[in-house]
Amino acid sequence: MLELKNICYEVETEKGIKEILKNVSLTIDEHFVAITGPNGGGKSTLAKMIAGIIQPTSGQILLDGEDITELGITERAKKGISFAFQQPVHFKGLTVKDLISIAAGKNMSVTDVCNILSEVGLCARNYVNREINNSLSGGELKRIEIAMILARGTKLSIFDEPEAGIDLWSFNSLIKVFEKMRDEINGTILIISHQEKILEIADKIIVVSAGEIEKTGTKEEILPGLLYKATSCQTLTDKQ
Amino acid sequence: MDLIQKNLLAQIADLHEVPEGAYNIRANGESAGSNTTANIDIVKKDDKDGIDIIIKPGTKNESVHIPVLLSQSGIQEMVYNDFYIGEGANVTIVAGCGIHNGGANDSKHDGIHTFYIGKNAKVKYIERHYGSGDGNGERIMNPETVIHLEEGAVLEMETTQIKGIDSTNRITRGDLAAGAVLEVKEKLMTHGKQYARTDFSVDLNGDGCSANIISRSVAKDESRQEFFSNINGNCVCSGHSECDAIIMDKAVVAASPQLTAANIDASLIHEAAIGKIAGEQLIKLMTLGLTEEEAEEQIINGFLK
Repeated sequence: MLELKNICYEVETEKGIKEILKNVSLTIDEHFVAITGPNGGGKSTLAKMIAGIIQPTSGQILLDGEDITELGITERAKKGISFAFQQPVHFKGLTVKDLISIAAGKNMSVTDVCNILSEVGLCARNYVNREINNSLSGGELKRIEIAMILARGTKLSIFDEPEAGIDLWSFNSLIKVFEKMRDEINGTILIISHQEKILEIADKIIVVSAGEIEKTGTKEEILPGLLYKATSCQTLTDKQ
Repeated sequence: MDLIQKNLLAQIADLHEVPEGAYNIRANGESAGSNTTANIDIVKKDDKDGIDIIIKPGTKNESVHIPVLLSQSGIQEMVYNDFYIGEGANVTIVAGCGIHNGGANDSKHDGIHTFYIGKNAKVKYIERHYGSGDGNGERIMNPETVIHLEEGAVLEMETTQIKGIDSTNRITRGDLAAGAVLEVKEKLMTHGKQYARTDFSVDLNGDGCSANIISRSVAKDESRQEFFSNINGNCVCSGHSECDAIIMDKAVVAASPQLTAANIDASLIHEAAIGKIAGEQLIKLMTLGLTEEEAEEQIINGFLK
């Protein structure tokens, strides 16, 4: 279970202090939770804060009751938090197999790596020894990013807009990956998304807007209001 | 051979015993073993230090190992090795130098390797440099490689210096006839107060020839590196050089690429990038459970692989 208590995050800008997150408190113990809301509302900041990449100005973060607010990225990773970046990072010289092995925390055989890659819909043998660089397409990098999270198999997996930067065709097959993950993975999946199809498979939806939690509820409670605003279409084109 | 020499041999040539095929092992200025084959002859020079390696035309899938080991502190030498590779041969040559200096005097190995590569011959040349020992004496290496490629000849050169050389000036010169191909991959890592200078100069003289020079380096601590490359395109040809360096701590890296096109159909490209390890690379690996130091090590290992 993940708890955020009174999280505030402020940054200094030219115009003075800006509040990115304003007294955010929430509890996540469902299996599949989606965070949605307008761009610039603080969703990614929240995800990075849970992974330890950003430290809150004030407030507390608890994982299974343990205060992890002061822990760094590595320590949180070791406690069972995984984080898939919105923009996958390029590595000169490191291959898909290297990264999957690092994620799994052990040297993986080609067969092990293939099994994980096929989970995310990549024809595995072609990819095992590819370098993680711009010779791979956005969709491929995104899938490898997700495969790393699968290889870790931790109790909390965070995905920051997995749909960002990939084409519609790739996105449709990505939905299947998440549906499968929901059915098969233990632990909690926390996914930031604008996509109706992702929100539809969530047990709980949290709407974050202007640094605050606007509302929290089941898809039946949240989706009708969101769809009424018809933001999903527009946000998809924003992300291309 | 003693244990120190055996360790040097393992580092520079992946050899644990005497190699198969042709070889010449030079240890502390003297021959420590030599073998020739029906197709590969090794002849000691009369007028100066060094050997001639003569490979018959058409020799296929054979290899030559010529490691140099320095384990006595204070040894200084200058060696000339010439390689004559016959038409249509296809061979692998493994050279390299390991210095162990546990004493107070400087140890130094300078060597000039000259390659005469015949028509349509193909050579893979692997060169590794390594230093060890905790003496105050410096470990110095100045390798020079001169490459003459005849029509259709191919040389793939891999040169690596990862550890322990205090000062090095690495010079490579090449000239290419029509259709010849030169591929160079350099890997370099310096630390402490080390200094490494790399200097490539290649003349593309025959139509359809090409050169591709790729240097990847890591400079740590207070070490200094300088990279010079000069590609002269004198015909219908293509040339590409790439210098990619990771800089850490208080190191200094300078890259000075030069291209000269003297023919309207010469196509020459240079790429150079120097920078620290990207913060997001470290963060990504840390989210996978590595410490910052472990992440750094993985990134450098991958970069130099």
